[in-house]
Amino acid sequence: MVKFQGVDYFDIQSLLNEEETLVRDTVREFTDDHIIPIIEKHNRAGTFPVELVPKMADLGMFGSTLPAKYGCAEMNNVAYGLVMQELERGDSGIRSFASVQSALVMYPIYTFGSDAHKDFWLPKLASGKAIGCFGLTEPDYGSNPAGMITRAEEKGIVIS
Amino acid sequence: MWITNGTLADVAVVWAKLNGVIHGFLVEKGRKGFTAPEMTGKHSLRASVTSELIFQDCEIPKENMLPKTDGLKAPLMCLNQARYGIAWGAVGSAMACYDAALGYAKSRIQFGKPIASFQLIQEKLVHMLTEITKGQLLTLRLGRMKDKGELRFQQVSMAKRNNVHHALEIARTAREILGANGILDEYPVMRHMANLESVKTYEGTHEMHTLIVGEDITGIPAYV
Repeated sequence: MVKFQGVDYFDIQSLLNEEETLVRDTVREFTDDHIIPIIEKHNRAGTFPVELVPKMADLGMFGSTLPAKYGCAEMNNVAYGLVMQELERGDSGIRSFASVQSALVMYPIYTFGSDAHKDFWLPKLASGKAIGCFGLTEPDYGSNPAGMITRAEEKGIVIS
Repeated sequence: MWITNGTLADVAVVWAKLNGVIHGFLVEKGRKGFTAPEMTGKHSLRASVTSELIFQDCEIPKENMLPKTDGLKAPLMCLNQARYGIAWGAVGSAMACYDAALGYAKSRIQFGKPIASFQLIQEKLVHMLTEITKGQLLTLRLGRMKDKGELRFQQVSMAKRNNVHHALEIARTAREILGANGILDEYPVMRHMANLESVKTYEGTHEMHTLIVGEDITGIPAYV
């Protein structure tokens, strides 16, 4: 199979630093070697290729911009964006997996969580040993999340 | 509903109203009263798990509340992070479709020559590449501003809105260039096209992003 050569009519490459270029090339190769050969099979079957998760974690694709002390790659936002771009060249579903893990699970735990939350969950999520999801959208409230019906009560706390 | 990775997840970041105010909670897999069945029947994002999260009197310890959440701003900040990544991701889909269409146009022979030699095909390819290039410049600038802490959420909305819209259009145009072959999964374009239909709607619909930018430039919110 011919490797993807990139699409870069305005030499945007020249605006990237060495680290950003390395990240882009690494994920580009990952997409060629690990996503494209298997993606149509999973797309037909309607399955997510869970076997990719440890490899993605090894390459720093989860919580990419968060601090190294949690096992994250601590890359800048351009490098993180390039990860998203190159993953989605493979498949939007694979990019969505990484987006949710990073932006909707690790980011809120890092930004709004206690030290105990961060210390417990972030290393697990960065290494792909734990997977997260984000529960905001409700059947009757999509674009208008302020209408949220889900409520918590203090007893303990009960969510229903 | 519509929760990506829900069935796979070991932990859910769940948003709920406590005494009328939205807070975030960590709910671990296996908590009594919490289930996450997978949704089926999707024509889009088929290689991704989409689920429903169901809570029925699910009890969690008080410490599971994310202490710094207080109102709708917190989940909206998360969505803004995700939208930033989507603006970049859409360029990736578009690049894959353009690459497939260019390769096909140069090798597919009709009327004794490659279809890439026809003006109508060249116009489509030029349009695709131009929109990809504009999207690349937009995302790079977006990233540089984000790294400097200067990025406004309305700018993320504009980039997500623009890049996904054009990526979908590019995927459809690529399918046209590939003709009937474009519908086969031997080529990636129809898969990208079907995926992008979801991406155009999730993390803030195309329409909501229009209204976010519209409010920003006029000072008048159109959705209240």
